[in-house]
Amino acid sequence: MTAVSTPGVESAPYTVEEVCEQFDPVMGLEVHVELNTETKMFCGCANAFGAEPNTHVCPVCLGLPGSLPRLNGTAVESAIKIGLALNCQVRERSGFARKNYFYPDMPKNFQISQYEDPIVFDGYLDVPLDDGTTWRVEIERAHMEEDTGKSLHVGGATGRIHGADYSLLDYNRSGVPLIEIVTKPIIGAGVRAPEVARAYVTALRDVLRGLGVSDVRMDQGSMRCDANVSLMPKGATEFGTRTETKNVNSLRSVERAVRYEMGRHAGVLLSGGTIRQETRHFDEQSGTTSPGRPKETFADYRFFPEPDLPPLEPSRDWVETLRAALPERPWERRARIQTDWGLSDEELRDLVNADALDLVADTVDAGAPPEAARSWWVSYLSQQANAAGVALTGLAITPAQLARVIALVEEGTLTNKLARQVVDGVLAGEGEPDDVVTGRGLAVVSDESALAAAVDEALAAQPAVAEKIRAGKTKAAGAIVGAVMKATRGQADAARVQELVLERCQ
Amino acid sequence: MSDITRDDVAHLARLARLAVTDDELDTFSRQIDAIVDTVSAVGDIPDDIPPTAQVVPRTNVLRPDTTEPSLPRETALAGAPAAEEGRFRVPRILGEEL
Repeated sequence: MTAVSTPGVESAPYTVEEVCEQFDPVMGLEVHVELNTETKMFCGCANAFGAEPNTHVCPVCLGLPGSLPRLNGTAVESAIKIGLALNCQVRERSGFARKNYFYPDMPKNFQISQYEDPIVFDGYLDVPLDDGTTWRVEIERAHMEEDTGKSLHVGGATGRIHGADYSLLDYNRSGVPLIEIVTKPIIGAGVRAPEVARAYVTALRDVLRGLGVSDVRMDQGSMRCDANVSLMPKGATEFGTRTETKNVNSLRSVERAVRYEMGRHAGVLLSGGTIRQETRHFDEQSGTTSPGRPKETFADYRFFPEPDLPPLEPSRDWVETLRAALPERPWERRARIQTDWGLSDEELRDLVNADALDLVADTVDAGAPPEAARSWWVSYLSQQANAAGVALTGLAITPAQLARVIALVEEGTLTNKLARQVVDGVLAGEGEPDDVVTGRGLAVVSDESALAAAVDEALAAQPAVAEKIRAGKTKAAGAIVGAVMKATRGQADAARVQELVLERCQ
Repeated sequence: MSDITRDDVAHLARLARLAVTDDELDTFSRQIDAIVDTVSAVGDIPDDIPPTAQVVPRTNVLRPDTTEPSLPRETALAGAPAAEEGRFRVPRILGEEL
């Protein structure tokens, strides 16, 4: 095993196992979460993703002279909720600070953030790992800040900033409320470090989703992870030089980025090189990282207290009210649901992987039996979602509507086959399940006198067959049943029709 | 004197994206040095005096999370030296990466 280090060329990364024969990895994870408030952090502009450029901007988020920030109360509440869910302490008095740097995505030339006194601090998250054990990740702090605008680099071969002729700025995202959640150094994970990183971000995402404070869409940037990685010789206590890999945009990428950086660091260190403290970019395609812009050092940000925002002193009552309203932790809820519904580990995993757990739970809450609710979402509706190329949650049927369809099956108004047609109707926008049943004429014909009349009519239409049945050839009844099913357009219970035919021919 | 060097000034100028001439490095290092000297008087304040970043005795000034009108885009872009496709156009950013 030789490490080749050519200037400008990445040395081949070592595997995590090889790295950990000689080094202990240390990680620090910084996760930025955009809150799903109606408005921005410091102004009343709408906090909306995907709008036309620069249509949600005002003097405050454009940094125009004389404008003053006004703090969003709901964003503060979300920050406290996040802190409580991460077992943090809520600071009795916290405030904002200006982080100064010049970059076109931030028109004020400073970002309002929190520095010495973040609103919540000192917590932990017990993270479930794949093997069923948990790993406690200590939380250093979570603080409030504002997002930056979005740059579009024009010209140049790759559309990236290098070689670009100029850049175009959209400030819709400027001032969107952000919470940055920072872990303490994660030490001792060894070969599991990449897995722990992914598991932590996954658990954090689930907690935040459970709180309902963010869309937590990594693909849309509403949740972004920066992974700090360093290596120290095995048994050492002093951390090595770290690199910070920015904006890792999927759970899988978190794991890959940590794995790649561990291997790269080992390659540099074992070939006698030194790690430069720098930010790096993760490339999703190749799974590698490359150096990013030279960052200001910490002192260069020249943090100072934000004079335009008074301090926060959340009352005990407020904090305790929020604490009392915290939802169950997602994995605790999953464990409870598994017991309540009698699911195997595999069935539960399928539900979670299909993003169907909440849908099934809501369907059950709307009155459906768990087994029927589960079966609909993981089979028929999953097929429809796949066919339409949408997420299960994107289907045009609500859990309440599905619960109604299931109820109609249970009371005998619909067969399973008819129920699927009703679901198709709801998906096609034909209204509520009952509207579709009426509109498409789908109810099972269970009116005995109507069925009897249909049977009599079919017997009269085929006298020869009727004669055979009367003579004891009951197999001939199939032809009459078929005729009745045809006449009722398949909406009769065939077994009941068969009984009626035999009764009529006795 | 607090020993603000020409290098310090050059560094500050880079952070502020300001072009500073060689002569100005000398001028500004003397001037900033004098400013820092003056301000360093705050170092004489005893440690038990709480820092005063806020002089208005108010806390928890919060805004309800309700949407207010934004600027029309033409108005927002009106003050920009250049605009394109509804966006602010800025010169290329050299040697830096987002």
